[in-house]
Amino acid sequence: MLDAILAGLSGLSTGVSSLFTGGLPNAIMLAVGGTLLYLGVKKNVEPLLLVPIGFGCVLVNVPLSELMDKGGLLKVFYEMGVANEVFPLLIFVAIGAMTDFGPLLENPKILLFGAAGQFGIFVTLLLALALGFPQLEAVAIAVIGACDGPTAIYVASQYAPQLLAPISVAAYSYMALVPIIMPPIMRALTTEKERMIRMETVKRSVSRQTKILFPIVVTLVGGLIAPKGLPLLGTIMLGNFMRESGVVARLTKASENEIANVVTLFLGLAIGGTMEGHTFLKPQTLAIFAMGFVAISLDTVAGVLFGKLMCKLSGGKINPLIGAAGISAYPMAARVVQTQGLKYNKKNHLLMHAAGANTGGQIGSVVAAAVMLSVLKGMGMI
Amino acid sequence: MDKWTFGFTMMIVGVGGTFLTLWILSLVIGVMKRIFPLVAEDSNPENKS
Repeated sequence: MLDAILAGLSGLSTGVSSLFTGGLPNAIMLAVGGTLLYLGVKKNVEPLLLVPIGFGCVLVNVPLSELMDKGGLLKVFYEMGVANEVFPLLIFVAIGAMTDFGPLLENPKILLFGAAGQFGIFVTLLLALALGFPQLEAVAIAVIGACDGPTAIYVASQYAPQLLAPISVAAYSYMALVPIIMPPIMRALTTEKERMIRMETVKRSVSRQTKILFPIVVTLVGGLIAPKGLPLLGTIMLGNFMRESGVVARLTKASENEIANVVTLFLGLAIGGTMEGHTFLKPQTLAIFAMGFVAISLDTVAGVLFGKLMCKLSGGKINPLIGAAGISAYPMAARVVQTQGLKYNKKNHLLMHAAGANTGGQIGSVVAAAVMLSVLKGMGMI
Repeated sequence: MDKWTFGFTMMIVGVGGTFLTLWILSLVIGVMKRIFPLVAEDSNPENKS
């Protein structure tokens, strides 16, 4: 009888004893999970993602929790939508349904800002290779520079699933830090005179037919040039087509709300579930975070420099600050540009132009990833 | 293929491919705007669904 009681009690103490015997990485990650929850709840940093990721991280690091073992809840979420890339693609349908590409369509040339804003991806690729990461892992790390969480998750889950946790956490963390990272770079690369340039008000010039045809055209052109990225382009454009067609309001609303909310919860928990201490706490995690920072900073640098070039070519009609919005992080990057513009000229409202560049950045980030995947396919590497 | 050949190929083709794709898209959007210009009814909010 006494033996049975002692055996029963030992079952209640194994979790605690595991934490103190070889459980230091789990203890550290419990603190990391707590920090993510703090940032989400108290500081309002990307709460929709950091709260489920943080809680998933806490759950998986409770010793003997078995949540990421076969049949465990987090493992089920992971296999249901991360391992097969379904969750990031569903998030893309939602993003497409939420995004108004109107400001971009008013001035299509602004789409090129979305290309310049992806430059950091390619420099980071070289950096990752220099640090000794294998080629496919380097590609997955570089895509943090797309400043686009679902794209980063899509590429990492396919080609470097072992790095999914640090890549996705880095991608979303830096997106949230865009208002802190971008302004010093924008100020350093522009003169006060350039920052004060007032741009002409955007006039409404886009017909409903153009708005409806736009997602189809992007899907076809992008898909023909970079077919490996068609799932990314196709889903975001599906969402936008539903929005602009106006005939499937229920599906559009479901994409914007129910689907986006449910998938975000499951995706966040599944990513948090990959943050188990013994696998997450490695020097390469720190390297990935550092490279993510470099990637997003270089995106901003390239965007602003491209903005300066466009400013010269247009005879000073384009404010180079809007180049910074060419990175994807939508709509934060556009808001940062608007704030900086107003700082130097109280009547300088750059928001519509910046929103155009920012939606161009959304397309640019997806296209850049699609091009990379198609080049990899062309090289026979995937 | 060594890592630097890989890296620089990805960089050149990647940056070029991204710019090319977006440039083509910007041209196509321009053509669409010419084919389907905004007419007065489009700009009247009462006619919007």
